[in-house]
Amino acid sequence: MSTLHFVALAPFIMAIFVPFLYHKFRHIHTGWFILPIPLLLFIYLIQYLPLGGAAMETVERSVPWVPSLNIHFTVFLDGLSLLFALLITGIGTLVVLYSIYYIANKKEEPLNNFYVYLMMFMGAMLGVVLSDNLIVIYVFWELTSLASSLLIAYWFHKEKSRYGAQKSMLITVTGGFAMLAGFTLLYMMTGTFSIREIISYGDVIVSSPLFLPAMILILLGAFTKSAQFPFHIWLPDAMEAPTPVSAYLHSATMVKAGIYLVARFTPVFGGQPEWFWIITSFGLFTLLWGSVSAVRQKDLKGILAFSTISQLGLIMSLLGLGSAAFHYEVVDGQSLYTVAVLAAVLHLINHATFKGSLFMVVGIIDHETGTRDIRKLGGLMTIMPITFTISLIGVASMAGLPPFNGFLSKEMFFTGTLNSATLDVFNVQTIGFIFPIVAWIASIFTFVYCMIMLFRTFTGNHQPEKLEKEAHEAPMGMLISPIVLASLVIVFGFFPNLLAYTIIAPTMQSILPGLLEPGEQFYVNVYHWHGLNTELFMTMGVVFFGAMIFLNARKWQETAFYLKERDPLNWFYDNGLVGLIKGSTAVNNVQMTGKLRDYFSFMFIFLVVVTGYMLWQRDAIAIDFANTAEISPYMYLISLSLILSTLVVPFLSKRISAIIVVGVIGFLVALLFVVFRAPDLALTQLLVETVMVVLFLLVFYHLPELRKESFKPAFKISNLIISIGVGLVVTLTALSAHAFSAANPISPISDYFVENAYALAGGNNIVNVILVDFRGLDTLLEVLVLGIVGLAVVVLIKFKSQKGEDV
Amino acid sequence: MRNTPVQLHVITRIVAFIILAFSVFLFFAGHNNPGGGFIGGLMSASALVLLYLSFDLKTIKRVIPFNYAKVIASGLLLAILTGIVGMFFGFPFLTQFFDYFPLPILGETELTTALPFDLGIYLVVVGFTLLVILTVAEDDN
Repeated sequence: MSTLHFVALAPFIMAIFVPFLYHKFRHIHTGWFILPIPLLLFIYLIQYLPLGGAAMETVERSVPWVPSLNIHFTVFLDGLSLLFALLITGIGTLVVLYSIYYIANKKEEPLNNFYVYLMMFMGAMLGVVLSDNLIVIYVFWELTSLASSLLIAYWFHKEKSRYGAQKSMLITVTGGFAMLAGFTLLYMMTGTFSIREIISYGDVIVSSPLFLPAMILILLGAFTKSAQFPFHIWLPDAMEAPTPVSAYLHSATMVKAGIYLVARFTPVFGGQPEWFWIITSFGLFTLLWGSVSAVRQKDLKGILAFSTISQLGLIMSLLGLGSAAFHYEVVDGQSLYTVAVLAAVLHLINHATFKGSLFMVVGIIDHETGTRDIRKLGGLMTIMPITFTISLIGVASMAGLPPFNGFLSKEMFFTGTLNSATLDVFNVQTIGFIFPIVAWIASIFTFVYCMIMLFRTFTGNHQPEKLEKEAHEAPMGMLISPIVLASLVIVFGFFPNLLAYTIIAPTMQSILPGLLEPGEQFYVNVYHWHGLNTELFMTMGVVFFGAMIFLNARKWQETAFYLKERDPLNWFYDNGLVGLIKGSTAVNNVQMTGKLRDYFSFMFIFLVVVTGYMLWQRDAIAIDFANTAEISPYMYLISLSLILSTLVVPFLSKRISAIIVVGVIGFLVALLFVVFRAPDLALTQLLVETVMVVLFLLVFYHLPELRKESFKPAFKISNLIISIGVGLVVTLTALSAHAFSAANPISPISDYFVENAYALAGGNNIVNVILVDFRGLDTLLEVLVLGIVGLAVVVLIKFKSQKGEDV
Repeated sequence: MRNTPVQLHVITRIVAFIILAFSVFLFFAGHNNPGGGFIGGLMSASALVLLYLSFDLKTIKRVIPFNYAKVIASGLLLAILTGIVGMFFGFPFLTQFFDYFPLPILGETELTTALPFDLGIYLVVVGFTLLVILTVAEDDN
């Protein structure tokens, strides 16, 4: 165990102590005890950053977990995991600080639950990004799903919270299972769970027939977690969570786990056309869908949720476009496609900063006014000036305006899509021109919802009568975290190269390994002024058309498109869930009728079908009368009477006659035993049959009055067919077995008993010697069965439970 | 009106003893001839069932005051103990032994541990049959 292992485990350890701290120190907000954990982890992780232009050194520490199955808890720290770990701990610190003021009512809120879940989540997320072993990643991955559901349903008395938690759980866990299947396929191809070793087996994987299934299954996991179309529907419903949770999970960390997975597996699958097309097209479509849907939202958190979906689609599509870089020579640390990866990494960081601050701001507005509905809000600019300033910075950055960091990543995004449109691999030239167009349209809608968010909340008329509380500025403690994030937006905007060689270049190095000569670094130079190029004109177009759409809001806000707020894809989820329940109930009702008769039919049909099919399929039907013994006339006589009396039973209309005929059958069987020279069996059969008839009659005598009317079995053609089928199959099996045993004779064990019964056991009656000596254990257990049955009869009859009594 | 089936009673008294004697014979004959614990037990049980059928339940219960559950238990115990005894001398469970001993009156006789085992089976079978039939018959509700 190294210190790096404890980076992932520390939050879990802390989670154990949270309830004690909560109950012991009731007067101190539990959040204060939590705060040092992410802060210390952040400070510890910062020292791994390469400074002064040096290349990032990767660190690896391994602890065996299940060595026999090749599962080791290996922590691997490279640029990509460091970036994510810093995001998780850094924003984690700010979110914990924010939550201390947000969930201020420590008497009524179960704070211990909140911080236990939050610590669980933080540890799981750090585990995902730091692990190198696929199984360990999967374990932490599912822990994030679990913790996230718990956090969404934090206010579990609300129905919508439970709905959102269930939905996110179902969707992300479905994806998680698919991902596990994909990991298993990777293991089958390479024989290792370690990602770095898998990367070195790239050729094996690409040429394997399992390549495509593995890739699609892993992408399912990534797409469900990162809310890509059509799995994005859980994210808007997850907004029922407390706002710190939304800020942390649903903007900065958990939804980026899918991005992390895609980036992590780019070296494995990247460079393949399927990977390029799937990720790029899903990413771009999610981008467009998310930004258009965000315009329709009336809830501030709803806007942010769809905005997150859209921005995640943007990052995803950039990773897809960037995967083409494996086909190009890198000159001076860059090529046309490394720019896309650079943009993805940059936007990942930028999105975490501005989206985190925007969520916190929305939380403040909700906290101080009592609503998040933009139709009720307005004119808050003068009442909440600090909140307004932070919002302005965040929204402007999200819209991609200079001088904020969103502008930089937006420009690079345009550059990436423009570069890709002219690609000459994967047949991109056919429809590649669509990439920048989609990106541009999505950016216009992004601009529109950004304006809606800002202007509907802070300008216009203040409507105090619609608000639940009197609006006022938030307490300082609540504002610290968004202020920090907003400052980062500006700092990264003005000094983008602050991050260039400390974190962006190492991250690109881990997403695109093997492209550079040793000692070389990716060229990262981000700055505001590129000259009058296409990207700048595109941004101008975005601002112009976005403003036009916003200014004409009155016209399109009347349309049905705007009034319908929920995503239409929810229809599939909701009806699918209802249909699943209905369908399984229907299937259940068909087979689980509650009637013993039907279950017997099923069992017998199964017996007939399976045995019959096997007999036919294995060509096992053989009838051979060559080796049969001679049949004497009295055997014919007995058999004939036996058959006749058996056939009579179903046609008897009185129970008593049925009992008697069954008795007759029993005695005829005893007679058969006599004929076949089995005196012990004949004696036993006679006696048992006698006792059984007495018992039958006793039971018949005791039948309740109501049922005493004469008994006529109903005739059903299906029953007739089934019984004939069973008879046929059993007869065929017996005859075939006889024929085969005659063909391959095996000397029976009875010879041994015949020879040794007297010498070894001192008895001449072989049957009895076998029963009490050779196979005495069987006999012992049989009489045990008799004893148990006797006691059961006594219990059933003598100890009747009273009505309502629990047995 | 009460019809006492005198004929039945008289014949039953005689026949029951013949059946019981025959069941004892079957039980002891088991090792070398048809018979044994199971058949002997069933035969004895049918003799008792015959008694129950011809006389009423209370009378017979007074004459044969057995708790048949205990009969089953002692039969099982006897069978298991027979098996265990061999284990004390290092043999596997349920190893049976036999030898020939000169006994007074009977002369040279074969004695085997299979006999107490068979007796256990006999007791369980008798106990089981009567327990079930009596329990069902006594159930008035």
